[in-house]
Amino acid sequence: MNLWQFVLQNRAEVLELTLEHLFLVGLSTGIAVLIGVPLGIMLTRWPALSKPVLGFANVMQTVPSLALFGFLIPLNIYLFHVRILGGIGARTAIVALVLYALLPIIRNTFTGISGVDPAIREAGRGMGMTNRQLLFHVEIPLSLGVIIAGVRVAAVISVGTATIAAAIDAGGLGRYIFRGLRMNDNTLILAGAVPAALMALAADLVFGWVEQFFGTGTAERFKNRRVILAALLLAAVVGVWGVITLYPAKTGGRVAVGSKDFTEQIILGEILAQVIESEAGLRVERRFDLGGNLTHEALVAGEIDAYVEYTGTALTAILKRPPVSDPREVYRRVKEEYATKFGIEWTEPLGFNNTFAILIRGEDARRLKLNTITDAARPAPKWRAGFGQDFMSRPDGYAGFARTYGLRFMELREMDLSLTYRALVDHQVDLIAGNSTDGLIARHDLVQLADDRRYFPPYDAVPLVRQDTLSRHPEVRHALNMLGGLISVEEMRQLNYQVDGEHRGVKELVQEFLRKKRLKGDE
Amino acid sequence: MSTNGQKAIEFHNVSFRLFNGKTLLSNLEVEIYQGETLILLGRSGCGKTTTLKLINRLLDPTDGEVVVEGTATTQWDQIRLRRRIGYVIQEIGLFPHLTVEENVGVVPRLEGWDAEKIKIRARRLLDMVGLDPDRFAARYPAELSGGQRQRVGVARALAADPPIILLDEPFGALDPITRRELQQEFRSLQKRLGKTMVFVTHDVREAFFLASRIALLKDGKLVLLGQPDDLLKSDDPEARAFADCLREPESAEGRA
Repeated sequence: MNLWQFVLQNRAEVLELTLEHLFLVGLSTGIAVLIGVPLGIMLTRWPALSKPVLGFANVMQTVPSLALFGFLIPLNIYLFHVRILGGIGARTAIVALVLYALLPIIRNTFTGISGVDPAIREAGRGMGMTNRQLLFHVEIPLSLGVIIAGVRVAAVISVGTATIAAAIDAGGLGRYIFRGLRMNDNTLILAGAVPAALMALAADLVFGWVEQFFGTGTAERFKNRRVILAALLLAAVVGVWGVITLYPAKTGGRVAVGSKDFTEQIILGEILAQVIESEAGLRVERRFDLGGNLTHEALVAGEIDAYVEYTGTALTAILKRPPVSDPREVYRRVKEEYATKFGIEWTEPLGFNNTFAILIRGEDARRLKLNTITDAARPAPKWRAGFGQDFMSRPDGYAGFARTYGLRFMELREMDLSLTYRALVDHQVDLIAGNSTDGLIARHDLVQLADDRRYFPPYDAVPLVRQDTLSRHPEVRHALNMLGGLISVEEMRQLNYQVDGEHRGVKELVQEFLRKKRLKGDE
Repeated sequence: MSTNGQKAIEFHNVSFRLFNGKTLLSNLEVEIYQGETLILLGRSGCGKTTTLKLINRLLDPTDGEVVVEGTATTQWDQIRLRRRIGYVIQEIGLFPHLTVEENVGVVPRLEGWDAEKIKIRARRLLDMVGLDPDRFAARYPAELSGGQRQRVGVARALAADPPIILLDEPFGALDPITRRELQQEFRSLQKRLGKTMVFVTHDVREAFFLASRIALLKDGKLVLLGQPDDLLKSDDPEARAFADCLREPESAEGRA
């Protein structure tokens, strides 16, 4: 399917995501202006503050967005009964985007006003202008072009940064980009990237025009007060709309199910959601597609009530314990520690183990007769390996893996997990660490090398649920227990392939699967 | 250029030092009468501009006091004081984002005049400084020649009819012919308006042309205070140096 057909077929969704994106960028840039311009002006009054404030804004720009989200989600800060910080969704995304947009705005306001000709400033003071009058009648009008140039930079950067909002269920065009990366689908990636690029260009053009309009030297700049008034009115309307959408009324009797940001997780999230809906009769809010380990943060913060976690991930990445190879021992430990530490219950395992799968191209496996990871140690020095950031950093990841099997590669490439399959297929790398349930394994004729030294710990998929959710809705426990041992590795790989390879809709696929398993899904 | 003997501005033993201890002005003792034009004459860096800024409180004296209309500047509300004093600096002092008419109307607008009154006043003043309001009112400073800009600067200083006008080398950046023209027009304005003016220049011919009295400064000290003729008669080497400039042949036409 080419991009144009895709956009035509999904124009309602494309439009919705574009509007969400525009809303994220517009509101965050607006807030950044309201904070950044006064702050920049303040710095011109107390220049001693300029180093620490600009330094802070500078540092904010270097903080990776997922790290920033991880820090923001657990916060719980209210202003007049309205939650202004914390949680997953647009609120946190906007706070992060504001922090990223501040630097160019503060800096340009500061340099713009500092750059006003001292002779002109002195003329104003000599004529008896108060500091305020000097600011509003002379300094701001004269530096408006520079200030708007800062806003322009901030807005254009925001359009790009806002794609990351999809990682915390805040919507926007990032949805398509992440989904496309996950499914190895260029059309989807472009469906997100092209509108975002057009939006960045449009923002650049519009602000460029505004900048010229207000820049010094041209006539008729301040005559068009009606235009300014209309723009302010529009901004106010967008602001009010934003506040309304950001703070929906709380509804009772609702359970939120989350998922991480890959296909299997979204399928599993949908399975949990449908089973809770049909067996427990509760309304379920779906907060899927959360990036990194944000699902854990969100569950602990009570932003979501349940999601599916893997035993090995919980033990090593969250509880920071050394890897253990006995599956039952791992399950016992995480169940015990989660209950006391987080008030979170591990229910029955779903029945499959999604461990790391060391993958090579089928042609290489057949040509070199490779079956196990031990076999691969011989050709490895001539190979390039591509691993996700997660695999490189986790305690049961690369370091121990290479040591156990005595592996050395010609080159190591660290990239996003979703890009590794493509890199392998395109001969950019020769060996990757994927997931054993991945639907792409069959599709791309990849071969999984056996973990003959049993290095990788078990990653049994298990639904997690908050204890206080269980005491509020005991029927949820019953619903989740029905899922125990329900899904085999082959079935999971098949489900993943249906979505990644065949582009099936998750909702419908899950209904079909549950019906086959004689469980009612959504009707 | 009538004076009624009332003091408009007095410097009592005024000194001004920078934070680093450098003295820009020491023990200045001058009285300026209502309606006179006092020229502050001296080389670059002699303290002329500092003296001017002490009058409208852009600077405060380190020692002594400056008295304006009977009250020490430090006792004045600085905003009220500055609105009573017109201020003309070199052409760069115009606001580039405002039209000629808006530039002239700045102080009346700060004083809260109504728009119609400001408009009438601005047009009258433009007319007075020799700029046709119909042609120039809507222009921006960038669209004017140097001489035109300086006329706007003078009109702006006069806008709210302040009793005192300070001028800091207002004609310094102009070509000789335009400068001559403006000096002549300025002198006729002086006669008509009868305002107290303090005028900074390093051009001795300009000083002789416009002065009621001349205060000659050297290295932050007052060397001589008197009528233009007193400068010619003085034995002081700095006064002699300036007087010599005046006697040079090419300056002959400079004396009116």
